[in-house]
Amino acid sequence: MSEQALKSQLDELIKKQAVSQLKPSDRYAIEAQPMPEQDPVARRSSVTEVAQGYTELQARLEAMRCLQCKNPLCIKGCPVAIPIRDFIAHIANGQYQAALAVIKQASLLPAVCGRVCPQEEQCQLECVIGRKYKDPMKAVSIGRLERFVADWADGSDAAETPDVGPATGKKVAVVGAGPGGIVVAADARRAGHDVTLFEAFHKPGGVLVYGIPEFRLPKAIVQKEVDVLTRMGVKIVTNFVVGRTRTISQLMQEDGFDAVYIGVGAGLPRFMGIEGESLVGVYSANEYLTRANLMKAYDFGQGSDTPIAQSKHVAVIGGGNVAMDSARTAVRLGAEKVYLVYRRTEKEMPARLEEVHHAKQEGIEFRLLQSPQRILGNEEFRVEAIECLQYELGEPDDSGRRRPVAIRGSEFQLPVDTVIMAIGNTANPLIRQTTPEIAFNKWGNIEVDDQCKTSMDGVYAGGDIVLGAATVILAMGQGRIAAKAINEYLGCPD
Amino acid sequence: MSHKIVQKTQLADKVFSAVIEAPLIAQARQPGQFVIVGITNDYSERIPLTIAGTDPVQGTIQLIWQALGKSTCEMADLQEGDTIENIVGPLGQPTHIKQFGTVVCIGGGIGNAPLLPIATALKEAGNTVISILGARTRDLLILEDKFAAISDELIVTTDDGSYKRQGLVTEPLREVCTRHPKPDQAYVIGPAIMMKFCCDVTKELDVPIEASLNTIMVDGTGMCGGCRVEVGGQTKFVCVDGPEFDGHLVDFDMMMKRQIAYKKQEHEAMEAYKDHQCRIGLNP
Ligand SMILES: Cc1cc2nc3c(=O)[nH]c(=O)nc-3n(C[C@H](O)[C@H](O)[C@H](O)COP(=O)(O)OP(=O)(O)OC[C@H]3O[C@@H](n4cnc5c(N)ncnc54)[C@H](O)[C@@H]3O)c2cc1C
Ligand SMILES: Cc1cc2nc3c(=O)[nH]c(=O)nc-3n(C[C@H](O)[C@H](O)[C@H](O)COP(=O)(O)OP(=O)(O)OC[C@H]3O[C@@H](n4cnc5c(N)ncnc54)[C@H](O)[C@@H]3O)c2cc1C
Ligand code: SF4
Ligand code: SF4
Ligand code: FES
Repeated sequence: MSEQALKSQLDELIKKQAVSQLKPSDRYAIEAQPMPEQDPVARRSSVTEVAQGYTELQARLEAMRCLQCKNPLCIKGCPVAIPIRDFIAHIANGQYQAALAVIKQASLLPAVCGRVCPQEEQCQLECVIGRKYKDPMKAVSIGRLERFVADWADGSDAAETPDVGPATGKKVAVVGAGPGGIVVAADARRAGHDVTLFEAFHKPGGVLVYGIPEFRLPKAIVQKEVDVLTRMGVKIVTNFVVGRTRTISQLMQEDGFDAVYIGVGAGLPRFMGIEGESLVGVYSANEYLTRANLMKAYDFGQGSDTPIAQSKHVAVIGGGNVAMDSARTAVRLGAEKVYLVYRRTEKEMPARLEEVHHAKQEGIEFRLLQSPQRILGNEEFRVEAIECLQYELGEPDDSGRRRPVAIRGSEFQLPVDTVIMAIGNTANPLIRQTTPEIAFNKWGNIEVDDQCKTSMDGVYAGGDIVLGAATVILAMGQGRIAAKAINEYLGCPD
Repeated sequence: MSHKIVQKTQLADKVFSAVIEAPLIAQARQPGQFVIVGITNDYSERIPLTIAGTDPVQGTIQLIWQALGKSTCEMADLQEGDTIENIVGPLGQPTHIKQFGTVVCIGGGIGNAPLLPIATALKEAGNTVISILGARTRDLLILEDKFAAISDELIVTTDDGSYKRQGLVTEPLREVCTRHPKPDQAYVIGPAIMMKFCCDVTKELDVPIEASLNTIMVDGTGMCGGCRVEVGGQTKFVCVDGPEFDGHLVDFDMMMKRQIAYKKQEHEAMEAYKDHQCRIGLNP
C-alpha cells in the first residue's frame, strides 16, 4: 500500500476511535503489516540488516489491529511478562515515549528482543488474533512493534541513562557479558551497588556479538546497551576469564565482592562422532560464526586478521537458529551453494519461521530427511564431500516429535568443501573445573533455585549455563530474577 | 586495557622475547599456562602464546615467540614502550608438577621457551632433571644457559651439526630412556612432528610422556571447538582439557594436518604485511 493510502486508512481509524466507534471488526479488517526487507539478491553480498523495521504509519496501523483484550493472553506467552496490550495502545495513539516506558518496566533490551525473540512461539502464539487465523504469523506483530519503539527511542533523546541509587557500599561481580549479565549489571547498579562486569572476550555482548550475525542484529545496537551500562557507572573488564584470571572464591574472599552472578553461557560444541569430523573444513557453528562475526573474517586482509574457509559448497548440519545463521553467513562469505541438511522435516525445525523464510529467499537449499554418516576428505585432509543417508519419520520420541529413521541403502554423496556442525552445545566447562563449591547437574549445568541462587552463598546464575540452550529473553528473565534476589540478599529490596 | 612492553630482546633469528605488563595474569599464572594475544585492535587475530615466565611483584609476564606469520611478525615489530591491546589469561590447565624422580624434558626450537618454566618447577619439586634441547641450527637455539642452570644434565643437538651434537633429539632421548634406571617421566614441547617422534620413542621404551599441544585457537575458553584434537580416540579441547596430554595417546598426524588449515590465507596475509613494513632481522 502506498504511504498515502496507509495514512488515510490510519486517519479513518483514529476518527472512529475518537468517537468510540472503532469495532473489533474494523480492527480485524486491517491488514497485517509486512516487514520491509532488503532485497534477497542484494543482501546475499551484504551484512547489513535484512529486516528494516516498520515505518511510523505501519507501526500505528499494526498497533490498531490489537483488540485491547480485557484478559490479554499474549502477556502469558512472554517470559518477562511485558504489559503488551498497554504498550501497543500507546503506539496506536502515537505515544512512543509512553510505550517505551511500559516496555522498560519488564524488559531492558527491547531493541534486541524485538528482533530475535521467537515471538511466534511466545507472545504471538497466545494472541487471540493469531489464534483466530490459526497462524501466529498473522497475530499482532508484537515483536516488530517492540522493535519499532526501541528504534524510535534510539533516534530521539529518550534513550536516557537510568537513575542509579545512592551508593550501598556493596560490590557485585557479574561474570559473562551476555544478555543475562547485562541485565543483572544494570539492575544491581540501579540499586546502588558497585558493579563490575567481567568478560572473557575482548568485547562485551556474548552471543549477541559473536553468534547472532550482523544482518539479523546490528552490533551497534548491542554496543549502545553496553554504553548505557558504562554511563551508569558499571565497570566493564574484558579479557578476564573468571576461573582462570581470578576464581569466584578469590573474587569474594580477596577482592571484596559481596555477590556474584554467573552468566557464562553455553560451552563446547557438539559433534556427531562420525568419521571425518577432524578434516580441515569442518567447523562448529560457534567457531564459524565467531570468526565471521566477532573477528570480522569477511574483511580478512582488509582490516581483519582472522581467516575463514573460502568456501564454494557448504553443508550446514542442523535445523535451528544457529544452523540458519551459519548458512546465511556462508552465503554472505561468497559460497556459491549452501545446503542445509536436517534429518527431520521442515515442520520439526526448531528455527524461527522468519529465519527459515529468509534462508530460502537467499537461495539456501534445504535437504530434509537427510543426515551425514561420514565426511570424506582428499589427500590434503580437506573436506571433499559428505555421505548422507535418507530418513523417514517413525514413531514419536520423548520430545513428541516423530523420530527420524534411516532408510537402509539410501546412501548418496553431496560434494562440499565445508561442513558446519550446528547441532548444539554442551555446558561451559570452566566454572565447573574451577569452582568445586557450586553444584552442577549431570549435564554440567549449574543448579539453581527459583531465585536463581546456586549452592554457594551469595552466588547466583542464569541463562544458558543454567538452562542449556535457551533464548535471549529467557536469559534476560533469569537475569532479572537473579538481580532482584541479589539486591534482597544485599539488604536493599527494590 | 592495553599492556605495555617493558623490555624486548631478540634471542635468535626470528625469535623474540618481551616482558609485558599484565599484573593479574602474572599473579594467577602457573607453569604450563598460556595467554591469547590480540595485538592492535578488536580485529587482530587471537594468537595463543605460552607464558615463559612471570614476575608477580613487578606484575609482568614474559612471552617468547617465533615470527612465523603476519601476527607474530607484527608483534616482533613492536618496541619497548609500545602496547599490546588485548591479552587474556592465564589459560589452560597448569602442568601437573610433583616429585617423579628423574624427569627428561625435551624442547624443540621455540618449544624451549614454554618448557623452561616446567623444567624449573620440576627441579624445584625435587626431581632430577635431564634436559634435551634441539634446534635446526646453532643460531636458532634459545635459552641454553637457562636450562644449564636448572638441569642435572643437559644435551643439545642441532640438525646440521653446527653446534654440539649433530642429529635429532630422538637419538639422545632413546639413550636416556634405555639407561637403568629409566626416567620416570618425560615432557616434550616443540613442533608437532618432533613431539610425535619423541612420543613414539618413549612409548616403545615405556616411559610416560606429556606433550604440550599447539593447535589453532579462537576463544580459549571452551566455546568454539576449533582447538579439538583426538586423544585416545576421544575428542579433547586443548584450551580447557590441555594444553598437555598423555603423549602416547595423541593423534599427532591429525593434529598436524589441522594446523595447516589456513596456510594459503596466512601466506597471503604475510605477503601483504611484508610489503608494508616487516623489519625482521637482528636488532638494529
Ligand atoms: C548463532 C546463535 C543464534 C541464536 N539465535 C537466537 C535467536 O534468534 N533468538 C533467541 O532468543 N536466542 C537465540 N540464541 C540463543 C541466545 O543467544 C542465548 O540463549 C543467550 O545469548 C544466552 O545468554 P547468556 O546470558 O546465558 O549469555 P551468553 O550470550 O551465552 O554470553 C556469555 C558470555 O560469557 C562469557 N564468558 C564465558 N565464560 C566466561 C568466564 N569464565 N569468565 C568471563 N566471561 C565468560 C562469554 O565470552 C560470553 O560473552 C542464539 C544462539 C546462537 C549461538
Ligand atoms: C597453547 C599454545 C601455546 C603456544 N605457545 C607459543 C609460544 O610460546 N611461542 C610461539 O612462538 N608460538 C606459540 N604457539 C604457536 C603460535 O600461537 C602461532 O605460531 C601463532 O598463532 C602464529 O600466528 P601468525 O599469524 O604469526 O602465523 P600464521 O601465518 O597465522 O601461522 C603460522 C602457523 O601458526 C599456526 N597458527 C596460526 N594461527 C593460529 C592460532 N590462532 N592459534 C594457534 N596456532 C596458530 C599454524 O599452525 C600456522 O601454520 C602456541 C600455540 C598454542 C596453541
Ligand atoms: S520480549 Fe519477546 S516474548 Fe516478550 S513481548 Fe517482546 S517479543 Fe514477545
Ligand atoms: S492477545 Fe493479541 S489482541 Fe489481545 S491484547 Fe494481546 S496482542 Fe492485543
Ligand atoms: S579455542 Fe575455542 S574451544 Fe578451545
